[in-house]
Amino acid sequence: MEFFQKLFGKTTPQPQEATATTAPLTDQQIESILYGKNIQYDLQQLVAASGQSVGKQRELNEDSLLAITATLAGNSGSLPFGLYIVADGMGGHQYGEVASNAAIRTVGGHIMHKFAPYLFNLKPSSPDESLQEIMQTAVREAQKTIQSEAPSSGTTLTAALVLGQQVTIAHVGDSRAYHIYPDGRSEVVTRDHSLVKRLEELGHISEEEAENYPHRNVLYRALGQGEILEPDVFTVAFPQTGYLMLCSDGLWGVVADLDMHRMINEAPNLQRACQNLVEAANAAGGPDNISVIIVQMIG
Amino acid sequence: MGSVYRARDLHFPNVVKLVAVKEMVITTPDPLVRKTIVQNFEREANILATLNHSAIPRIYDYFSEEDRSYLVLEYIHGKDMEAVISDNDGFLTEEQVLTWAIELCDVLAYLHDHKPDPIIFRDMKPSNVMIDHNGDVKLVDFGIAKAFQTGQKGTMIGTEGYSPPEQYRGEATQLADLYALGATLHHALSRRDPRMEPPFSFAERPLRKINPAVSTELETVIAKALEYNPEDRFPSINDMKDSLLASAHKTGILSKVATTSISKGNGIKPLWTFKCEDEIRSTPLNYRNTIYIGCYDNNLYAINAADGNFLWKYPTEGGIVSKPVAYEDNIFFGSEDNRLHVISARSGKVVWTYYTDGPVRSSVHIAEGHAFIGSDDQYLHAVNLNTGRSAWKFETSDPVRSTPFVANELVYVGNEMGDFLAIDFRGNLKWRFRAKRAITSSPVVAGQMVLFSSLDSTLYALDHRNGFVIWRFRLGKGSISTPCVSDDMVFVGAADGFIYAVEAKTSKEIWRFRTDHQVSSSPVVYKDSLYCGSVDGYLYCLEYRTGRLRWKFGTEGQFVGSPLVYDDIVYIGSTDHQIYALLA
Repeated sequence: MEFFQKLFGKTTPQPQEATATTAPLTDQQIESILYGKNIQYDLQQLVAASGQSVGKQRELNEDSLLAITATLAGNSGSLPFGLYIVADGMGGHQYGEVASNAAIRTVGGHIMHKFAPYLFNLKPSSPDESLQEIMQTAVREAQKTIQSEAPSSGTTLTAALVLGQQVTIAHVGDSRAYHIYPDGRSEVVTRDHSLVKRLEELGHISEEEAENYPHRNVLYRALGQGEILEPDVFTVAFPQTGYLMLCSDGLWGVVADLDMHRMINEAPNLQRACQNLVEAANAAGGPDNISVIIVQMIG
Repeated sequence: MGSVYRARDLHFPNVVKLVAVKEMVITTPDPLVRKTIVQNFEREANILATLNHSAIPRIYDYFSEEDRSYLVLEYIHGKDMEAVISDNDGFLTEEQVLTWAIELCDVLAYLHDHKPDPIIFRDMKPSNVMIDHNGDVKLVDFGIAKAFQTGQKGTMIGTEGYSPPEQYRGEATQLADLYALGATLHHALSRRDPRMEPPFSFAERPLRKINPAVSTELETVIAKALEYNPEDRFPSINDMKDSLLASAHKTGILSKVATTSISKGNGIKPLWTFKCEDEIRSTPLNYRNTIYIGCYDNNLYAINAADGNFLWKYPTEGGIVSKPVAYEDNIFFGSEDNRLHVISARSGKVVWTYYTDGPVRSSVHIAEGHAFIGSDDQYLHAVNLNTGRSAWKFETSDPVRSTPFVANELVYVGNEMGDFLAIDFRGNLKWRFRAKRAITSSPVVAGQMVLFSSLDSTLYALDHRNGFVIWRFRLGKGSISTPCVSDDMVFVGAADGFIYAVEAKTSKEIWRFRTDHQVSSSPVVYKDSLYCGSVDGYLYCLEYRTGRLRWKFGTEGQFVGSPLVYDDIVYIGSTDHQIYALLA
């Protein structure tokens, strides 16, 4: 037995702790886990898909998203590179769509500019600044752009820069980044900067009350708002066996977490998963614009 | 009921020693009740006498006379928090209140952990908290008054407004103190006296509505402490303290708080000391109850860890600044005589030596059957442990004084030019990063990151797989101190005299602690303390989550090497030629 394990180099995953209480896996989930396990990819790379919809009740799409996945492989090896951004322009303000569009383009542009020498020079060179500093300045640039291009508007911003096995995230507002694992576990890695979340944290309202709170969309921190903006910037490990998901509140506020995770794990591929999520949000009334990006690391 | 007098202790006629004398008057005529009351009083006084905490006044004496009983207590220069609140024109700052809050949590936790029985303070309120002339809190009025009333039925114990609902039903647990602390903090930050408000109405007076300067983070913690149902509050005072720290951490207030702490003097006696013949700049090793340490007198010493008795010494031909390493009953260390020495841990007899072409100031890292070590000959050497011969050496083009670290099948090391290298087990360069000045500090791998500091005044966190800089943290001056990682926090010293604590995920500063000279020693975390030496001659023991000073130990020399903490004992060498063993 050991001999075979050595030969095929595939160790069985650690069993879940006995105390963990997760819903039993559906047949489909088990199948997809087994399916994913049996395939070996020689080239490590990122795979991403996204989905977007205006929803059923809004006329205007104020969400913007950006997804860039780069694979450069050769003799010098390959380092997965990906940049994923979701921005949700603020409805109560004028030009919400202008703000979210400016956010993804300014942040995306700044980061790609910084990484161009690394990706495209003949002798690749790493940026002088740290990943966290690049994210910080990108957000500051976007803040300036929005204040000059669309004054008095605002947007959320959740940007994930994947480099190798790490994800560096810059986050303002109430869009979210999730880590989702095939066994049903999931984790919201960002913290909502919303009034309702704050009230819930303070214990003024319960979780159920929070779900039906009338001013769910009020943010206390947003890009384009206020003089000093402090984004949350941090680095975490990429969820190796699972998925990184970014989405606006048009999705997570409408579809329950468990349903989202089930749909992702049951879908045959990522693009189908994104579309199913968008459809689920619309089926639930589609009260807001919906944006979602799902990223997986294979190999 | 009782009065407190300021009195002078006439046992010391030549100096003015002030004490506080607390008088209790017993009014009941029933002799049996009187006896019980006096007994309770003595019992409480006895408990007080067993308490030893900087925030609890010391008790000097107690006695009863006729229908009066007296306690003689430490006199506290200062005023009570209620007076501080009302004498202040505006709101007290969040930093100020938070510092007190954390100190009060400490003292309440001390009481709640009291053995054999936990002590419930039961009367936490601003007027029972003295702020002394140093700005530190002292808890006064120690339940003595309440003990006097235990004989009477239907007495409300505690103070209306500050006491939680369950205390009115006669239940007073640790969570009652926790609630009352919440009420005290609410009062201090809002200037609204809860005795003037309907009971349990804190939720109707959110702090930030009254005082918008309070952070939402702190407001959240206080609101949770003030929950009506005990089960909705923090499960213990330590949990509340953790949340206060976390809130301070988020708002960045703690960095200011930590530096305001005051030293508590040097009353610490070493368990033993051992004197060598020259300066000690090396870091000790404990292996099988023996302390091994190198010295500038060219010897490696073996000393009994329990009593500091000399066992043997091994002479080399150069000073020893590196830290010895134990592996399979042998001790490995480099010397400025260009050699890596391997000697028997038991006898101190030589096993083998390995020559480099320059002084060895780096320490050894042993992994995968090899000893990895840097030398001033500019090479990183991989030495086969079985043969004692070179497996390969990697030229770095400047002296290597940093100690290699092996993880993920890579060897990480810095050099004096500022190059940081990741080399695979065959001796091939995997990736390289360049700092602006020398990297003498030794790398540490934690999670996905490899951390080290540089003389270019930066603490670096690199992706250990590819060398991408995840974050950089700016230090006041250069650093040769090796970072220490614990609990998602990174600690490092620098030449600006500070010991820094940085959050590993976000690179945000959590606190910094000022010493009076450069810190080249590497911090060590043991239990909930951080130990670090400084060139100012002190070994500091700080609470690692807050950077608050617990104690410091001073010598005539400087602490350049790092401490070792093992089995509740700290070992450290000084340039005054001595090795010290102190109780952690």
